[in-house]
Amino acid sequence: MSRAEADAVAGTGTPVPGKSAPAAPETGAPEAPGPAAGPASASDSGPRPVRLAWTLGLFRSELSITFRRWRTLALLAVLAAVPVLVGIAVKIETSDGGSIGGGGPDGGGGPAFIAQVTNNGLFLVFTALAATLPFFLPMAIGVVAGDAIAGEASAGTLRYLLVAPAGRTRLLLAKYATTLTFCLVATLVVAVSALAVGALLFPLGEVTTISGTRIGFGDGLLRALLIALVVAASLIGVAALGLFVSTLTSSGIAAMATTVGLLITVQIIDQIPQLHAVHPYLFSHYWLSFADLMRDPIYWDDLVKNLGLQALYAGVFGSAAWARFGAKDIAT
Amino acid sequence: MPSTKGGATGSVIETFGLTKRYGRHLAVDRLDLTVPRGSVFGFLGPNGSGKTTTIRMLMGLIEPTSGRAKVLGRPMPFQARRVLPQVGALIEGPALYGFLSGRDNLLRYDSADPTADPRTRRARAEAALDRVGLTAAAAKKAKAYSLGMKQRLGLAAALLQPRALLVLDEPTNGLDPQGMREIRSLVRELASEGTTVFLSSHLLDEIEQVCTHAAVMTQGRLITQGPVAELAAGARGRLTVTTPDTGDAARVLKELGVADLVVTEDRVTGEPPGADLADVNAALVEAGVRVRGFGVERASLEDAFVALTGEGFDVAG
Ligand SMILES: Nc1ncnc2c1ncn2[C@@H]1O[C@H](COP(=O)(O)OP(=O)(O)O)[C@@H](O)[C@H]1O
Ligand SMILES: [Mg+2]
Repeated sequence: MSRAEADAVAGTGTPVPGKSAPAAPETGAPEAPGPAAGPASASDSGPRPVRLAWTLGLFRSELSITFRRWRTLALLAVLAAVPVLVGIAVKIETSDGGSIGGGGPDGGGGPAFIAQVTNNGLFLVFTALAATLPFFLPMAIGVVAGDAIAGEASAGTLRYLLVAPAGRTRLLLAKYATTLTFCLVATLVVAVSALAVGALLFPLGEVTTISGTRIGFGDGLLRALLIALVVAASLIGVAALGLFVSTLTSSGIAAMATTVGLLITVQIIDQIPQLHAVHPYLFSHYWLSFADLMRDPIYWDDLVKNLGLQALYAGVFGSAAWARFGAKDIAT
Repeated sequence: MPSTKGGATGSVIETFGLTKRYGRHLAVDRLDLTVPRGSVFGFLGPNGSGKTTTIRMLMGLIEPTSGRAKVLGRPMPFQARRVLPQVGALIEGPALYGFLSGRDNLLRYDSADPTADPRTRRARAEAALDRVGLTAAAAKKAKAYSLGMKQRLGLAAALLQPRALLVLDEPTNGLDPQGMREIRSLVRELASEGTTVFLSSHLLDEIEQVCTHAAVMTQGRLITQGPVAELAAGARGRLTVTTPDTGDAARVLKELGVADLVVTEDRVTGEPPGADLADVNAALVEAGVRVRGFGVERASLEDAFVALTGEGFDVAG
């Protein structure tokens, strides 16, 4: 039996009468505000109740820690820089009146939608997401997810979180939720940066869909948001895979490198025609289906396949991570 | 509400045949440990004797190969969620987030505890910082802390809540003598407030200075446990005669049946004989030995250790 089962998510906590935590016994003048302020006599400290709302404190703490790390900010800065570079490149390329790419998401000349950027800056959002989704975005997720447990293990902080006690299942959930939040933030950083650069360098206006119909700018903006959400959801599988790898080792660097290595391997396998039998099961296989949101009407088949595949990865590797972490000896 | 502070036996930690095997190596070998409530319990053993491994099993960090452990009367690791909020622990040195300030490190660890009230979090962190004397350095990044300051911050994390049990694994490691004294007085203070303190150390005198009870480990096995006074009494003290006439004194003592004689510059020591010590002294004086000092030196824990293991207090192979 896995140990995670024993300390499963809090909430079914100790039944304790009364509505507030046991107050500290009076040990002289109460200087600090609030009850139980300060470590006090332990002779009458009973077990404190678990509060469901308080268990969310760990998730908030995870979020704040993740986004205060220099490394996270550097990753986001790189992601924000990609649309700037793409935008400037397109501007320079087309300043002499030339045009770019072959058009359409399957055109051979660079990332999808790049040909439309000069006509409508909004297309830079789609172009930037198409350019970052194959590698930059999942690599950033791989770094954050791979470091999630292994990084705490190599720093030794994991043992103190567990004796706090964070609870193994709860800690894993907080880590996964934080990684997914990072997926969303990272995607939005790309999208918002692209929108800003697009608006600055190119005209905005009505949007021509892949199907050739025209939709208003507001509608186009909405589709851009939808696409960003789908792109973020496309990273759910990598996040789960990275978290699982993170429970396998006590070295943060090794976990990050392994996850990014797996990502590259999967991308290569997806390019080898002889291996087409496994292609539909690769987490990256339907990634570029987000372009179907720019069709009119929207073509849902591959989008749904993509989301289903991500859910499958989350289920399989999430369970594997849970089983592994629940039974793991924490010897660092 | 059932009491969770120790079982009917009143012990805070109990282990039954607790064993941890790494490959072919037994890090902890069938340990039966009993830590009475309210004690300052010294867990003594040279480096590599299995102290940290035992503590990791008690805290539910690693799974025992066999055997069971109860902490605060509840089985570990199965009841970790109930037990650990009442336990403060420092395990194999402090571990901190270097990019966070000392204060933020405490807030981080406190938010990992689902029984910790977020409304009192800051106040409790400040109080813990104050208690270990880190208030002035609270805003500094932890990576800029000295080893001693890190150790104190780790201790502060263990003191974020009132605890029934404090587990301190070599808490004075890396501290200067002043820092060691401060930790010891803090331990005494906490014990006087009713917290049971389980303190591991490879330093004999540290255990002798602060502990009421002790257990001695070598190579994963428990050799003895009990009140410190009893352990020391178990080893007999040594008869010591201070005299300029060491040769004569040694001869007389030998005739009186004193074994294991050791002669140094102006002292002769040996195992106390069965005879009345007054008669021994009279015999020495009668033989013309000029006695400057005469008596039985109290046995130290170190004597007890040497008597138990037949060896010095060295690092295990
Ligand atoms: N994770 C591990 N893998 C293999 N051997 C270990 C591990 N942890 C501890 N040991 C071994 O177990 C023995 C006891 O170690 P430890 O409990 O750390 O001793 P102490 O804390 O008393 O110095 C040592 O011989 C050590 O090498
Ligand atoms: Mg140790």
